[in-house]
Amino acid sequence: MSGMAFSGAVPMVNVGALKDTTLLNMGIFALFVLVTMVIVFRASRNNKTAADYYAAGRSFTGSQNGTAIAGDYLSAASFLGITGAIAINGYDGFLYSIGFLVAWLVALLLVAELLRNTGKFTMADVLSFRLRQRPVRIAAALSTLAVCFFYLLAQMAGAGSLISLLLGISDWGGQALVIVVVGALMIMYVLIGGMKGTTWVQIIKAVLLICGAAVMTLWVLSIYGFNLSNLLGSAAEAANNPNVLNPGLQYGKSETSKLDFMSLGLALVLGTAALPHVLMRFYTVPTAKEARKSVVWSIWLIGLFYLFTLVLGYGAAALVGADTIKAAPGGVNSAAPLLAFHLGGPLLLGFISAVAFATILAVVAGLTITAAASFAHDIYANVIAKGKADAGTEVKVARRTVVVIGILAILGGIFANGQNVAFLVALAFAVAASANLPTIVYSLFWRKFTTQGAVWSMYGGLASAIVLIALSPVVSGAKTSMIQGANFAVFPLSNPGIVSIPLAFFLGWLGTVLDKRGEDPAKQAEMEVRSLTGVGAEKAVEH
Amino acid sequence: MGNEAQPADATQSVDFQQVQQSEQFRELRRRHRSFVFPMAVAFLLWYFGYVLLADYAVGFMSIKLWGNINVGLVLGLLQFATTFGITAWYVSYSNRKLDPIAADIRGEIEGHGFESRGQAAGAVRAASAGEAAKGAQR
Repeated sequence: MSGMAFSGAVPMVNVGALKDTTLLNMGIFALFVLVTMVIVFRASRNNKTAADYYAAGRSFTGSQNGTAIAGDYLSAASFLGITGAIAINGYDGFLYSIGFLVAWLVALLLVAELLRNTGKFTMADVLSFRLRQRPVRIAAALSTLAVCFFYLLAQMAGAGSLISLLLGISDWGGQALVIVVVGALMIMYVLIGGMKGTTWVQIIKAVLLICGAAVMTLWVLSIYGFNLSNLLGSAAEAANNPNVLNPGLQYGKSETSKLDFMSLGLALVLGTAALPHVLMRFYTVPTAKEARKSVVWSIWLIGLFYLFTLVLGYGAAALVGADTIKAAPGGVNSAAPLLAFHLGGPLLLGFISAVAFATILAVVAGLTITAAASFAHDIYANVIAKGKADAGTEVKVARRTVVVIGILAILGGIFANGQNVAFLVALAFAVAASANLPTIVYSLFWRKFTTQGAVWSMYGGLASAIVLIALSPVVSGAKTSMIQGANFAVFPLSNPGIVSIPLAFFLGWLGTVLDKRGEDPAKQAEMEVRSLTGVGAEKAVEH
Repeated sequence: MGNEAQPADATQSVDFQQVQQSEQFRELRRRHRSFVFPMAVAFLLWYFGYVLLADYAVGFMSIKLWGNINVGLVLGLLQFATTFGITAWYVSYSNRKLDPIAADIRGEIEGHGFESRGQAAGAVRAASAGEAAKGAQR
């Protein structure tokens, strides 16, 4: 990026001034926590059954759930990361957001409704519907836990660097303390509120985030007379590099990086619809039609939001300047907060900072309840207790799991703080696309699919994605690697999807055609009829 | 717990294979797949075509059309437009072509239209449905 020398012509933001707003940021964040806690308490009063705890009693409407999905999906990586990527790398940051949006068509067309009709609480419910329960459930639960773990670790580690930026806390101990606070709040939300509380936190956060981004977008556009071309021109001028408007600044450096982007694109598009915490949200609505409405709402909200980030990213490049952003604490991630400060001073910065905190909180809450549900429902109730555990015990196990996962997330976040773990989000998508999506698609649409195919595909996809990442330059052998001073990077790409996803599809096919045991055609018929008609799943809420 | 996606009492004795082979269900499945499969292939090709252009045809993507708006930005915004368009199209297709027929079949099953006839087949299903129903009670 040597071609992006700072021209000096753009107005500077005084980075030191950010620290003066710490108290205001904390105040606004405390208000958010207070309001959401009250709502979580009120919402959780009727939590009695497992369906209440895991699936919010299936009482949310499509529009509520769609907003919550947007709140779950638009992580700090989307908001701060993509705005920053556009501000620094221009067009290539935008390219990233398109993959995140288009992916929702897979969820809409192939997954959401059919899944709502055939499952109850977890992804494993669907995958084991017509196959042998034990092996498929264990495999699906393991891949669910793996995806949640990678995603959770990325969010918690991100919380540390975000805090150094937003609260001006730069020492390790202070950041660790804030990670503990974030983790403890998350445990409280999920423990008390279950899925209902988690959903409300996500809805409130989504509304705040999208409104905040909308205000900033209109503000930036108004500076340029609502003329996108003027904004782009100003951004290119500030960067002193017309290529920020063209693709290739980040991914076009070499043939390897081009291939790497293809691999990332594949994982983004096919991984989204197989993220367990997204899938679980479809169970919080009463019918498949509401599940469809959820996806429609989330597509509109997420699409709108990514359009905002295009303006915000170029706006930050034009008004703040790439060099100021890179020099600020938090680096690339500081583009959106610095832009907020430039536009609206301390108050807007405080609001946007609080929204960024809320974002981390809402996303980790969603991941935690998904992981806890998968452990309690799939591994404990169906495998360890062999289906003999009663509902009360299962929910009790789920609640304990929440505490364990919360503590693990806090410890992981503290130790990963300062490490380069940005690849973990991409890894979570790659694992979801490799380990989960082939089996979801096969079991919904391929009559002959068998248990052996599912198990081979899930373990093959999970193992290949993780092994390839371990052998890639993100872990060793490059300047930005996680482990310095070692080089075992035999796989050249940072994204394993282009190999692991086709491999998992192939293994699912191979395992099926080599399987001597067929599956019960009656269960296949039942799953197909249920998935398309919603019979047995479509009655009105009766409690 | 009246709305679980697992066998409730009303559907325990249903012969799903009979439903699966019925003309009406086959029509529903045909309508569903003839929309979602081609559409999924189309949008994936369009998306990866776009990514290939951004990766390997930087010159083409950098051609300016109006002011600072170039081909790449227009194609990128078109990805948004097609995503919104396909979403709206699918919703309207489902409302017109899928939901009514699905509701008919559901009504027929729940009105005991597809009770199983074979005693042995019924026993097998009852056993497997019972296993799943245990899950539903949790």
